[in-house]
Amino acid sequence: MTTRIVELRRGILKKNDELAAGLRDRFASAGVLVLNLVSSPGTGKTAFLELTLREMRTRGVRVAALVGDLETDNDARRLAASGAPVRQINTHGICHLDAEMIAKHIDAWEEVSLPGLDYLFIENVGNLVCPSSYDLGESIRVAMLSVTEGEDKPLKYPGLFNSADAAVITKIDLSIPCGFDRDLALKNINEIRPGIRVFETSSKTGAGMVMWLDYLAEHARLL
Amino acid sequence: MHELSIAAGIVEAVTESAAAYPGSRVTEVRLRVGALASIVEDSLQFCWELATDDTPLAGSKLVINKQPVVVYCDACDADVEIKGVQSFRCPRCGKHAAEIRQGRELEIESIELDEPEIGAANPVEEKV
Repeated sequence: MTTRIVELRRGILKKNDELAAGLRDRFASAGVLVLNLVSSPGTGKTAFLELTLREMRTRGVRVAALVGDLETDNDARRLAASGAPVRQINTHGICHLDAEMIAKHIDAWEEVSLPGLDYLFIENVGNLVCPSSYDLGESIRVAMLSVTEGEDKPLKYPGLFNSADAAVITKIDLSIPCGFDRDLALKNINEIRPGIRVFETSSKTGAGMVMWLDYLAEHARLL
Repeated sequence: MHELSIAAGIVEAVTESAAAYPGSRVTEVRLRVGALASIVEDSLQFCWELATDDTPLAGSKLVINKQPVVVYCDACDADVEIKGVQSFRCPRCGKHAAEIRQGRELEIESIELDEPEIGAANPVEEKV
């Protein structure tokens, strides 16, 4: 026997990356701004998205959402109350969404056509580790954390926070009872992702939503 | 947490590439894994045995070459390596540096194959 070394230089997630690139092209040509919301379970992604969808619909913006969970369609039903088209993706044990799931669901989604949308929100499976490796073709990846989780979340999960385009802090109405150190949280986010836009929000009081919606509108104009 | 599916993806990709070398056996797979790739090395090694079981890669060794994060520092106009993943600052000037030049890689660098000697008995005969 002889030994041979073969250079491969092949991305392990190449298939996902190629599918995501295809999706990104489709989204761009349809003129739809796509956001991928990522956080731990319980941060308040769904509540934040409920409010975002509702506010946008009252402004006459065409929005839709794909929502990922291991099981149940509870989140889809909550989000659908906004009146926006919503589709649940159940991953049955898989800890993240991938580009193939997104493509499959968009193709099978009869009530939605991409050119008929201004924004598509993708609520990822609650997980701060695995979704960071899987590009979904989004324009903006949003890393979220709540004031109840601790200010060091970005330091604990640098892979995800570093890959994000925007950060959202949720539940700021609970800042005082939780003893949330706002300056420290902002410093930690900036340490991992220097210069990132941070939105401080409460889905209960609506705080921070105007700035968030303005940010979305700015980016949609750039499409 | 998704190391098993990563391991399965590697097995699939390597099996595909190794098919170009009939009769040979993969003995080693070398990866480049960036510090920001969100991969737990021990967990991937643990999953490797599971994922290669009953495949042509069974018994092969997985070598993980970790890549540190390299950022571009605007102030120094240079690519600089940073220690760890807790602070994205230039170690020379201390300024924040957001542009990642290296550290997200998750790729198969190379594979090592044991090949039959040219002219040796044809080992493909067991195929029937």
